[in-house]
Amino acid sequence: MEPILQIKNLTHTYGVGTPFQRSAVEDMTFDVYQGEFLGIIGHTGSGKSTLIQHLNGLLKPTSGQVLLSGKDIWAEPKKIRDVRFRVGLVFQYPEYQLFEETVYKDIAFGPINMGKTGEELDRCIRESARLVGIRDDQLEKSPFELSGGQKRRVALAGVLAMEPEVLILDEPTAGLDPAGRENLMANIRDFHRNRHTTVILVSHSMDEIAQNVDRILVLKSAHVLMSGTPAEVFARADELMTAGLDVPQVTRIAMALKARGLDINPAVYTVDALEQELLALRKGGAAC
Amino acid sequence: MLKDITLGQYFPGNTVAHKLDPRTKILLVVLYIVALFCAKSLLTYGLMALCLAVCVRISRVGVKQLVRGLKPVLVIIIFTGILNLFFTPGDRYIFEWGFLHVSDTGLRSAVFMVLRIMLLIMGTFLMTYTTSPISLTDGLERLLNGLKKLHVPVHELAMMMSIALRFIPTLIEETDKIMSAQKARGADFESGNLIQKAKALIPILVPLFISAFRRADELATAMECRCYHGGEGRTKLHVLKYQRRDYIALTAGVLVVTAVLVLRHFGL
Ligand SMILES: Nc1ncnc2c1ncn2[C@@H]1O[C@H](COP(=O)(O)OP(=O)(O)O)[C@@H](O)[C@H]1O
Ligand SMILES: [Mg+2]
Repeated sequence: MEPILQIKNLTHTYGVGTPFQRSAVEDMTFDVYQGEFLGIIGHTGSGKSTLIQHLNGLLKPTSGQVLLSGKDIWAEPKKIRDVRFRVGLVFQYPEYQLFEETVYKDIAFGPINMGKTGEELDRCIRESARLVGIRDDQLEKSPFELSGGQKRRVALAGVLAMEPEVLILDEPTAGLDPAGRENLMANIRDFHRNRHTTVILVSHSMDEIAQNVDRILVLKSAHVLMSGTPAEVFARADELMTAGLDVPQVTRIAMALKARGLDINPAVYTVDALEQELLALRKGGAAC
Repeated sequence: MLKDITLGQYFPGNTVAHKLDPRTKILLVVLYIVALFCAKSLLTYGLMALCLAVCVRISRVGVKQLVRGLKPVLVIIIFTGILNLFFTPGDRYIFEWGFLHVSDTGLRSAVFMVLRIMLLIMGTFLMTYTTSPISLTDGLERLLNGLKKLHVPVHELAMMMSIALRFIPTLIEETDKIMSAQKARGADFESGNLIQKAKALIPILVPLFISAFRRADELATAMECRCYHGGEGRTKLHVLKYQRRDYIALTAGVLVVTAVLVLRHFGL
């Protein structure tokens, strides 16, 4: 697989030269591959939001580099806007950035900044609205009349409408109810599957990450603690727990069963996988 | 970025300067300003600078931070200096060139004026650097308590001030966030003419105003839920009390002012 983003020895220090100086990202190196669904997980304050704001050039590295398709994004600072169109970033609580009179106009803000016009503009607005489940009759409403969850969908559509090559979502489900959460994640999964866009999902919920991504990057106090497929990462569940991070509920059950003497793989992270393990155990004739 | 604005920022610490009662510090600053305006000679200005240096040393505030506080008023300082330098009449001219001439009194008053403004600002900043905004308003409220008899709404003013101070950093942070979010959608705040630049602010100002009103509404509800009904009968969690160190500091302050007045009387 081709890396689309390469992060090399990235360091970011806030408040250089003041008593509040601290590094939020320190010497991080990793690749993001074309078309993958990458999850970034870590405690609040571990530097997730700081890290992702470097990937579309909103923050400039204190040291280190970010390469997009092999080219340093800061090679030509004048063209940084093009990077932002190619790498779409949806902030945490994006509903607070809505400002237009109608939903349609708000979604149009990004594509218009890109220079899209006419039918092309209309098409990408309607398509992205449909992707996140906004009905056509809602497009002419004021975004401030919508419910919290719907506002967030509008904000998400505003970034999708730019049709970025990489989509980064910073805790997209924070503050939603369980149904709204699952609904939004389903939209994002569909988007990833249909468009083959690279998606980076930032979250502090292990369950959400485990259920959706191909690869996980675990951050701890400004460093990359580990990275790998969910199976690889949850095989090191002990390490995760000593680092003060959660593991998915299913993994916790499997670990508890193993601790009580059942011969099962504790690194399972979906209900289906756990069921398979237990059924296999039963067939094997072990006491259950 | 926006965050770099130091709006009388507080640097937490544990020195005597931090522990002094906020009322003491406010009074000391008032005394300092009075003394500054009474100072007339090199000797008294030297004394004022020495006082500030001692206080800075005690408070362990970096000189760099203090000097940075001067940056926003640099233009005013330079302007005052130039005005005084060239436009003060005097009996002896040190320098003449065309219509520009510098008299000896001009030079003297320019130097003193610039020194005075710089010392005044650094002195005030030292107070805000060592006192949290909340205790500062607390101190101010207590000091102005007497005005209540004249029906001045002291408590309400203090409450408004502490709410404003509390929300300045929040709003700055929020503006930063909204700006980043709109930049991520390709907003461009730098290029274009004045009208285009003003238009580019709409995507920031609309969300900012909405969120400010939302916050105000939430705060008002929260205050009402906790039965806030103004200052009447309200007691304090941290009751301000003068300590030994406050009496010492105030005495020292009064002594310095007296010294300056005495020196002034003798024409020094
Ligand atoms: N604009 C900022 N100025 C100063 N410090 C910041 C700023 N943004 C974040 N930080 C600090 O950097 C650290 C990492 O924050 P952040 O990247 O937001 O973490 P996360 O998204 O994982 O919660 C935190 O300790 C936070 O206090
Ligand atoms: Mg965050």
